[in-house]
Amino acid sequence: MSDTVINQQTEAENYKRFMKKIESGEKIEADDWMPDDYRYTLIKLISMHGISEIMGALPEKEWVPRAPSIKRKLGIMAKVQDEMGHGQLLLRVTEDLMKPTGKTREDIMQDLFSGRLKFHNVFHMEAPTWGDAGLIGWLVDGAAIISQTNMLHASYGPYARALKRICAEEVFHAQHGEAIIMALAEGTEAQKTMVQEAVNRWWESLLMFFGPADASTTGSSKQDTTIKYKIRSKTNEDLRQDFFSKYIPRVKSLGLTIPDETMYFDKEQGLWVYRQPDWSKFKDIIRNKGPKSQERLQLRIHSHSINAWVRDALSQ
Amino acid sequence: MKKIDFPPEESMYRTALVELLYQLADDDFILAYRGSEWLGLAPHIEEDVAFSSINQDMMGHAAMFYQLLEDLGEGDVDDLSHSRKTNERKNGVLLERVNGPGHYLGKHEFDWAYTVVRHYFYTQFKKVRMDSLKTSSYQPLADVAVKVRMEIYYHLLHWKTWFLQLMQSNSDSRGRMEKAVQRVWDDVDSLLCYGPNGDDIVKAGLIEAEDKLLQRWKHFLTPVFEAVHLSIPEKLKPAAASGREGVHTKDLEEALAVLSEVYYMDTTASW
Repeated sequence: MSDTVINQQTEAENYKRFMKKIESGEKIEADDWMPDDYRYTLIKLISMHGISEIMGALPEKEWVPRAPSIKRKLGIMAKVQDEMGHGQLLLRVTEDLMKPTGKTREDIMQDLFSGRLKFHNVFHMEAPTWGDAGLIGWLVDGAAIISQTNMLHASYGPYARALKRICAEEVFHAQHGEAIIMALAEGTEAQKTMVQEAVNRWWESLLMFFGPADASTTGSSKQDTTIKYKIRSKTNEDLRQDFFSKYIPRVKSLGLTIPDETMYFDKEQGLWVYRQPDWSKFKDIIRNKGPKSQERLQLRIHSHSINAWVRDALSQ
Repeated sequence: MKKIDFPPEESMYRTALVELLYQLADDDFILAYRGSEWLGLAPHIEEDVAFSSINQDMMGHAAMFYQLLEDLGEGDVDDLSHSRKTNERKNGVLLERVNGPGHYLGKHEFDWAYTVVRHYFYTQFKKVRMDSLKTSSYQPLADVAVKVRMEIYYHLLHWKTWFLQLMQSNSDSRGRMEKAVQRVWDDVDSLLCYGPNGDDIVKAGLIEAEDKLLQRWKHFLTPVFEAVHLSIPEKLKPAAASGREGVHTKDLEEALAVLSEVYYMDTTASW
C-alpha cells in the first residue's frame, strides 16, 4: 500500500473515532485529533464570539463615564470589564485552536480591522441614550444567555468551560440591565419615553441577533455544521422563540410595548408569529455597513495603533 | 490624641475634617473617572481587565469618603460626586488632567506613559496618606483607611511593575516615560498639599504634616528611581494652583460636564 492510501485510511479511522467520541458526549481537548472542518468551524465561531465581546464593550463604554450615579458607574464599569474579560478568555481558546496554523492574536485583530473577521450585528448599532445602555444589558445580554446556553454542552471542552463562566456572568449583566430599565420604566414620563424608544430602536436588532432561520436568507449558514459536530443543539429559530417566550412577558409587565403590532403567540403551533426583520439590512450590517460599524472599527484600530509602542516595549 | 467619633457642629475640627474628606473623595473620584475613559482602549486586553478593577476600587474608595461626608450632613453621595461645581472641587490638579488630547469616543491621543506615571506617583502617595490616616483622630476615617490600604497594595504593585518595565525597555518607551515623568513632576505639588486649611487639618490630628508625608513618599520612590537611573528633584515645582483651594483647569470642567450629563437630565429622578 502506498503512503497516501495508508494516510487516507488513518484519516477515515480518526474521523470515525472522533465522531463516536462526540456522539457519546465526550469532550474534545485542544491537543486531541480533530478534523480540519471542525477546527476551522470552531476558529470561526469562537474568534467571532471573542471579538464580538471586545467590540461589544464599545457601545456601552460610551456610557461608562456618564452613568448617572456612583452605583451605576461602578455597575456599568464592572459589566464592560466582564465583556473584555470574556473576549480575553475566548481569544485564548481561539489562540490554542490556531496554533497549528501558525496564527496569533495579532492576526485576529488584523482580520477584524480588514473586515475579514465579522463581529455581531448588535454591536454595529447606535446607543444614543442611557436607556440604550440599560437595554443592552437587559435584552442583548439576555439574548446572549439564550444563545450561549445552547452551547454549554459543546463538544469542544475549552469552549464549553469558557461558556460556563461567561453565562454565569451574563446573568449578572442581565440583572444589571434590568435594574436600570426598571428604574426608568417606573420613573418620570421622560424616563419612560427614553426606555420605550430604546426598545423600539433595538427590536429589529434583537430579532436579527439569533441569525436567519436558514441559509436561504444570507446564502450561507454554519448552523448545520455546528449541530452535526455537537457544538450547539438548537437552531437559530428555536433560540429566537425561546427569547420571545422568556422576554415578551417581562417587557410587557413593565408597561412597555413591543413595536410589532402583528405579533402573537399561536397556541396550536406553539410558536410566536412575528414580522420578519429586513434581512438585507442584516447582511449589510455584518459586512460592516451598519450605522456605527465604521466608527467603532476606527476607534478600535486607532487605540490599537496608538498603543503599539507599549506592546513593542513589553516584547523587548 | 483623643479619638473622635462625632465632631461637634460648627467647630474648627469639623471644618478641617470636611475639608480633608473632600480632598480624599475628589482625588479618587476624578482619577477613577479618568481611568474609566480608558476602558476598552487599553494597550492590551489583559490590561483592560486589570485596570478596570483598579478603577472600580478607586471609585469605591471615593464612595466611602463621600459617605463620610454624607454622614456629617454634607449631602447625598451622588449629589456630592455629581453636582458640585468646578470651584467647589478639592482634588489635586494633577489628577484632573486629560489622559491625552481628544475625546474617549473619537480620535484621541491617550498617553499610556503619562497614565502609568501619574497612577504610580498617585498610588504611592495614597499609600503614604492611608498609612498616616490609620491613626487619624477621626475614628470613622481611620476605619476607612484600613480598608483602602488592603487594596492599594495590589494597585501599587501593578503600577510599579508597569513603571519599571516601560522605563527599562527600548529607547522609544524610555523617552515617552521620561517626558511623562517630567509632566507629572510639574503638577505633583498639587497632590502633596492640604490647601488653605492645611494647618488646621494637621492640628486636629486628622493626618500628619505635609512635610512628613512628602519625605516618606520620596523615600519609597527612591529605590525605584535608582533602579532606572533617574533622580528625584530636591525641591518640587510649586503648583500655580493646587486644586485644593477650588481653582482648576478647563480639563476638570469638561470632565464634570460629561460625568454628570445623565444625572443633570433630572436631578430629582431615580436612575
